[in-house]
Amino acid sequence: MRFLPQTEETVRRMLDVVGVEAVDDVFRDVPKRLRETAAIALPAGLPEQATLARLAELGERNRAVGALSFLGAGAYQHFVPAAVDNLLQRAEFYSAYTPYQPEVSQGTLQAIFEFQTMVALLLGLDVANASMYDGASAAAEAALMALRVQRKRERLIVARSLHPQYREVLATYLQGVAGAEVVEVGFDESGRVDRAALAAMLDERCAGILVGTPNFFGVIEDVAGLSGIARQHGALTITATAESMALAAVRSPGDCGADIAVAEGQSLGVPLSYGGPGVGLFAARDRYVRALPGRLVGEAVDGDGRRGYVLTLATREQHIRRERATSNICTNQGLIALAVTIYLALVGKQGLLDLGRLNLERAHRARERVCAGGRWQARFAAPFFNEFTVRGVDVDAALCRARDAGVVAGTALGEWYPELEDSMTVAVTEMHGDSDIDRLAEVLD
Amino acid sequence: MAGPGRDKQAGLLLDEPLIFERNRPGQVGVDSEVGEGCEEILPEELRRRAIDGMPEVSEPEVVRHFLRLSQWNLSAATTFYPLGSCTMKYNPIANEAAARMPGFAALHPMAPDELAQGAIELMAELQDMLAEISGMDAVSLQPAAGAQGELTGMKMIRAYQQDQGDVRRKVLIPASAHGTNPASAALCGYQIERIEGNSHGVVEAGAVRRAMGTDVAALMITNPNTLGIFESEITEVAEVVHSQGGLVYLDGANLNALMGVAKPGHMGADVLHFNLHKTFSTPHGGGGPGAGPVGVRELLAPYLPNPRIVCEGGQWSWRGRAPKSIGRVRSFHGNFGMFVRAYAYIKALGGDGLTRSTQIAVLNANYLRARLEQTYHLAVPGLCMHECVLTDKYLEATGIKTLDVAKRLLDYGYYAPTIYFPLVVSGALMIEPTESESLETLDEFIAAMQAIAQEAVEDPAAIHAAPTHTPVGRLDEARAARKPVLRWTRATRE
Amino acid sequence: MEFPDDLKYSREHEWVLVEGNVATVGISSFAEEQLGDVVFVELPTVGDTVAKDDAMGVIESVKAVSDVYAPLSGTVTEVNDDLPDNTELVNDDPYGDGWMVKIEIADLSELEDLMEPGEYQHFVAESDD
Repeated sequence: MRFLPQTEETVRRMLDVVGVEAVDDVFRDVPKRLRETAAIALPAGLPEQATLARLAELGERNRAVGALSFLGAGAYQHFVPAAVDNLLQRAEFYSAYTPYQPEVSQGTLQAIFEFQTMVALLLGLDVANASMYDGASAAAEAALMALRVQRKRERLIVARSLHPQYREVLATYLQGVAGAEVVEVGFDESGRVDRAALAAMLDERCAGILVGTPNFFGVIEDVAGLSGIARQHGALTITATAESMALAAVRSPGDCGADIAVAEGQSLGVPLSYGGPGVGLFAARDRYVRALPGRLVGEAVDGDGRRGYVLTLATREQHIRRERATSNICTNQGLIALAVTIYLALVGKQGLLDLGRLNLERAHRARERVCAGGRWQARFAAPFFNEFTVRGVDVDAALCRARDAGVVAGTALGEWYPELEDSMTVAVTEMHGDSDIDRLAEVLD
Repeated sequence: MAGPGRDKQAGLLLDEPLIFERNRPGQVGVDSEVGEGCEEILPEELRRRAIDGMPEVSEPEVVRHFLRLSQWNLSAATTFYPLGSCTMKYNPIANEAAARMPGFAALHPMAPDELAQGAIELMAELQDMLAEISGMDAVSLQPAAGAQGELTGMKMIRAYQQDQGDVRRKVLIPASAHGTNPASAALCGYQIERIEGNSHGVVEAGAVRRAMGTDVAALMITNPNTLGIFESEITEVAEVVHSQGGLVYLDGANLNALMGVAKPGHMGADVLHFNLHKTFSTPHGGGGPGAGPVGVRELLAPYLPNPRIVCEGGQWSWRGRAPKSIGRVRSFHGNFGMFVRAYAYIKALGGDGLTRSTQIAVLNANYLRARLEQTYHLAVPGLCMHECVLTDKYLEATGIKTLDVAKRLLDYGYYAPTIYFPLVVSGALMIEPTESESLETLDEFIAAMQAIAQEAVEDPAAIHAAPTHTPVGRLDEARAARKPVLRWTRATRE
Repeated sequence: MEFPDDLKYSREHEWVLVEGNVATVGISSFAEEQLGDVVFVELPTVGDTVAKDDAMGVIESVKAVSDVYAPLSGTVTEVNDDLPDNTELVNDDPYGDGWMVKIEIADLSELEDLMEPGEYQHFVAESDD
């Protein structure tokens, strides 16, 4: 029991002080009936070697890791510099908790302040929070925020081209929220939100529109155009970005007129890890700061004039406002937000611009190569970042063949978009070299 | 305590500005391959304008920056960190190694099931282990944190009752509950009705009987409660709720007091959430990531989030079409990296080890209680479970309050216990030692607490001025909230 | 803690200065002391109609948040525009510069439900924290 410092001897001494005979006696207030049925029927504990051996055995059966992969669909392979994980393993960071005592948590608090700054910069908005669970729940919380801010309006217009899982999470979050209504707006032949349909749907009942960009097909939406239409009708514009690396090359949501922007931060220094933990990025315009969900860190000053950082505007949150809180979120994704902060500090301004360009070039080259053989065609004409959609005959069979050749070539769309069952998305990043792209084209041909 | 006081340039307390204040144009922290082909791929109106303000700092400076920041934190690894209801137990380093195995860390969530068999099996086994520990019938690992688990549980209750044609408006919640309870219930459209505990903070069956009705969907209860006391009437309380068609939500934050001692599934709980970052040793991370799996009795199993794990002929896969499911609460499968850690922990301890951990956790808390209750007023007399609640009542004459005691503890190198929670206790100081602390550490902490009580009488000014041995002193939170500055901007810095 | 003689008080700890059919409203020194340093105030809009006991505003300190209730029914004729940028006025001068709202009283008989200073003092003494 290497995790337990107490010994038989120290236990006996403590029992004496507490005034009981045996350890069992400290539970005398627990009803006997419950005590008698509480035994945990699990095998005996394992030493470290055996524990890790079991885990290694499980890990080895995840054969996708050995394959050449072009999977995207909301999670992306990017290179993470070694320094990120090394710094993340500082126990002072990972074993700390919520910085309620700011005087001894300045490391965590300053890092979050830097994170908030970077997120606001990336999304092109005024203020960002200390993180949400993931892009999907961030989108749901953004929708709830729009409903809160636009008090008399109950309707949300959501793009059907937004990641299906984001739409599912939104639906779950809205169950039981009185009056809230979601209507979907479709996409047109270019792969973007159908503007005419959107304009027809917008009226004074609409609190906001929610649009994915890049969307599930990899297509970059015309946020400037969409937000213009929304604004004419007094609706807020919310964008959700599943591939946050796109923010390195694409005009920021804030710059395009978004009022609230969320993103999944996994692409920025976070391992895939079968989809979690990731981190939800959340930013908005200044005027909405008091309606923001999640924790906020602000600058402060101590009695001697020293600059420091504190959790602030806490009265929005559950531990004070309880049932009238802006959200129920407590624990968020603190350490992952730190990973993003360290990653962005290393990659920096120039590195981001370079990565943006690299991803664009690799993906565009890949689409060209894949479509060169004639078996596949580009499905959508609109601009894309590092993920694109191709159409061909019998997508499932093609993916199967590719898999047999050791390549996970992409994600078939038919499961969520029946009219696109002849199509699949492919994600290409800076992790893919020329030979990888050639291999992709080869196995798909 | 490291450092000779407040002067950050001296000794070990090294000063460090914001990373942006280290920006120097031309510095880079990574070397990139620069793509070929200068023609712009995206149309002009879609191109990023600028990312001004993003760091321009070299790698060694970035590393130094974050290393210095880390040194300003007290953490559970460096010191006793007795936050009540947070269970700051030791985070085994082997768990970190496990989570970083490439087989887990590099696995894409959309990988075909047949290529992710190890991950799905790990999750299935973890579900089973949690079900066994809690006495519940089925588990979903999807919720990303305790609060999201609460939301999931309340949504399931709502869906179940709606299915029965019995939609109800209200939820009963004790005044001592964690704030996420009412917040989560409110997010499901419920009206909250407060239930008062008795003088021991215990929710009595009589009080529930008076409040219960056919318009009450559920009772949310924490056991042990936030005063560290076992809810002795829980079985009767559950019966009262059930008798009128309501369900019982059990907040599992304090499960560290119950392993091998009492199973929530046998107490009448219909649904509970686990906090993997509390009971199951995954790191708190400075505010996450956590994980908040939910466990349910069979009657709620159809409503668990989609997708679910299925095993057929030894092959694991995900099924996403359970018709009564409330749907998804999170993308992909949840905080998988935390599942690996919790799995490693439970495997390392086994049933016996978990039971022993609970025993030591509760004994440690009672030891602290027994040794401190003469000096500090104990909110509830008698045995406690894994945490005890003290107050500042005995210090009243000195003018020293709970907040001051907490700040002075920082000078002794301890992270302060939870303060001013639960709300039902005035001046609450909630101490949860966990099983990870030795007798020496407990004795040292007790000595510090006693010294502070003494100092309160002899030199209260010193306590009012505390902390003085930390990188910064008490911060002006009112000013920070009046004119919030929530980010660095270049204009304000030059 | 003082409760000026020329004011009336509500159960929600607002004070009311009645001048003809206009009521000036703020929060009492008991309320501001309970809240601590006020950091944010949300006031109704001029022209809003309020009903007695309606929540008409919000007041926040670092550690607590509280609704401000209309002690009388009527129409909001003026709000203290200085207050949002100078929230400390609520703590420093709750009965003077910390005033919040002026209401044109719709029903003068509602004044009878308000407390006299002595009554309010008793009420405060018995209040649980």
